[in-house]
Amino acid sequence: MYYLKLVFKNIFRHRLRSALTIAGLVVAILAFGLLQTVVHAWYAGADMASATRLITRNATSLVFPLPIYYRERIKAIGGVKAVAVSNWFGGIYKDQSYGNFFPQFAVDQDIWFDLYPEFRTRPDELLAWKKDRQGAMIGRQLADQHGFKVGDTIPLQGAIFPGTWEFHVSGIFEPRDDTTITRQMYFHWDYLNEEMKKKFPKRAEYAGLFVVQIDDGSRAAEVSQAIDREFRNSLAETLTETEKAFQLGFVAQTETIVMAVRVVSFVVILIIFAVVANTMAMTARERLAEYATLKALGFGPGFVGALILGESVMITAIGGAIGILATFPVAAVFKSLLGAMFPVFRVAPDTIALQCLAALAVGLAAGIVPSVRAARVRIVEGLRYIG
Amino acid sequence: MKIPLSYIFRNLWTRKLTTLLTAGGMGLVVFVFAAVLMLDAGLRRTLVSTGSPGNAILLRQSSQTEIQSAVYRDQASLLETLPEVARSPSGEPLASKETVVLISLAKRGTDKPSNIMVRGLPPSGLALRPQVRIVDGRMFRPGSSEIVVGSAIARDFDGVEIGERLRFAGREWTVVGTFDAGKSGFDSEVWGDVDQMMQAFRRTVYSSMIVRLRDPSDFDAFARRIATDQRLVLDVKREPQFYEEQSKSLSQFISILGVSLSIIFSIGAMIGAMITMYAAVSNRTAEIGTLRALGFRRASILVAFLAESVLLALVGGAAGLVLASFLQAFTITTMNFQSFSQLAFGFDLTARIVALTLLFSLAMGVVGGFLPSVRAARLEIVDALRAA
Repeated sequence: MYYLKLVFKNIFRHRLRSALTIAGLVVAILAFGLLQTVVHAWYAGADMASATRLITRNATSLVFPLPIYYRERIKAIGGVKAVAVSNWFGGIYKDQSYGNFFPQFAVDQDIWFDLYPEFRTRPDELLAWKKDRQGAMIGRQLADQHGFKVGDTIPLQGAIFPGTWEFHVSGIFEPRDDTTITRQMYFHWDYLNEEMKKKFPKRAEYAGLFVVQIDDGSRAAEVSQAIDREFRNSLAETLTETEKAFQLGFVAQTETIVMAVRVVSFVVILIIFAVVANTMAMTARERLAEYATLKALGFGPGFVGALILGESVMITAIGGAIGILATFPVAAVFKSLLGAMFPVFRVAPDTIALQCLAALAVGLAAGIVPSVRAARVRIVEGLRYIG
Repeated sequence: MKIPLSYIFRNLWTRKLTTLLTAGGMGLVVFVFAAVLMLDAGLRRTLVSTGSPGNAILLRQSSQTEIQSAVYRDQASLLETLPEVARSPSGEPLASKETVVLISLAKRGTDKPSNIMVRGLPPSGLALRPQVRIVDGRMFRPGSSEIVVGSAIARDFDGVEIGERLRFAGREWTVVGTFDAGKSGFDSEVWGDVDQMMQAFRRTVYSSMIVRLRDPSDFDAFARRIATDQRLVLDVKREPQFYEEQSKSLSQFISILGVSLSIIFSIGAMIGAMITMYAAVSNRTAEIGTLRALGFRRASILVAFLAESVLLALVGGAAGLVLASFLQAFTITTMNFQSFSQLAFGFDLTARIVALTLLFSLAMGVVGGFLPSVRAARLEIVDALRAA
């Protein structure tokens, strides 16, 4: 018991130094936690993917569409429950700045929200949307970001589909849990198609991709192959994969950035290691005479070594704990600032575990050299030593 | 009277471990700071060097990328006849009608497909891009299913060796050469014959059109003529401006992420410097008293300690910069958000970045060392001498 007390008292001998070290730790553990959360946020799309949804797209690449009649042919394949079309619209809201960017999709209004039960809708709003040709369903986060309300009109400048488009907000859908992304807008594919028929007949009757609902998630591979076989050697060959694989494909394209963020998150741990190791080295050097005295009184080298290691771990534990606690409010602020970039910004349990581990590792690594040095000090030398 | 620099230097030298750890922490921060700036500079250089100032690019109105754009055949033929378009000695217009699409290809060592830009262009398109030269094999023959790949594609992707065949758009395309485009964005593209590509992809419209202007100063007249012609619903941009816009969102992302990281990290490093300097002051209290008794003024003491902190930071900064300079050997391939395709770019160490980095470490040293130096300067002679 008195060991702990002694360690604790030692921390408060150099209040300023301990406070500064702890402050540094708080910043580092906080930054580490936020960076790990950024990495998690990158995978948000894949996290909300369902095992019973497949994505069928043009095999050449996503920018090539598929003929809309594929929908009926996919529906006829065994194991397929429902098929919905989805087109990336890519309209510009206000201007091209990053803050005003949000995804818009033209979808099958009749079944879309049946395919995505993670979006909670109000029955009356959903009905109103299905009836209004120019209606749009807006995610909760998007609605909050731009202050969209039911009844508002959203003007969009088409970049892929030329022209000025206007949509009416029919309803707002809520997320089922905090892994659900609600920063997008859905509107009628039929409306898009009719307009295209008028303006660019050659570009009408095309789907960006199909979302395929299957009966049994364990048959995903089999059904995917059946779909792709159906269209082999046709004008537009397809590539079908699970929604998760599709989303991970997106992440893979920006993998280098994710890697860089990961590496940098460990650099901050190295930086703080240097700071704590320095603090402990200085502390141990100053107290060398004291440790010699303890030894002269009969305390073993193990006790003296443990004294420093304990102090180092305790400092990092305090700093780490404050840092972890601070992660939640700071992450919430981050989310409100960077909502445009990361629709889901949630501190995951394994991030906290990693933060604890990092704090502990820094404490042990920083304390080990000074503690061995103190344990080995010869009494006579130590007593003679003056700072 | 000034305290000699050697005194400051020796103080750091005596406490090697402490100096090493403090400077090391700062060095890592500087490394991150410099790396981010270098990456941003590399990205800009790559995309800006892709365009040449004498060229103009035409896209369908309000499309942001070549992928989204469409230029009709009649619009293209009309454009070729405009007086601002330069002509070759034989009287041919220096204009290139191009088609740009994305295909997916697996990056080397992975089985995950990434988007790559494929450009179909006529022979005149090659003349408009003098920076491109074949380094291996030969150029594709017009009218054949042959393609050439950029050097970054050849390096980062599988299945693009000379003689290998790529399958896309229901056809086999033979790789016949590798080209180098002077580290510009074209290095991350695959090129082939425009008519063959249009057929294979079943396209009836071009994606974009590039023209060489008779004189770069003709641009405004050219833009005016296009804006007033009802038949041409097109946006026209100078090529360098177009490519700069292509890099905007990725560049913005890199600099925002990088600068905020550097600032947060620098707090940690400055705290490290502060701890070290406070310890230095308290260890040397008697020494400071002696210096004061010898006649050194408070200001000299302040300057000496501040200089020690700055020196510490500069050592760390220089080490971080040297470490960062090795990054120039690497290139990064990632998706450019704007064009939705993979783009290879390097780290570019410019004189401005060196200056900024050193300034940044200098600031860390001053901020971290200021409070401890004030404490040292404010010590009373008698108290300080007694402290020993």
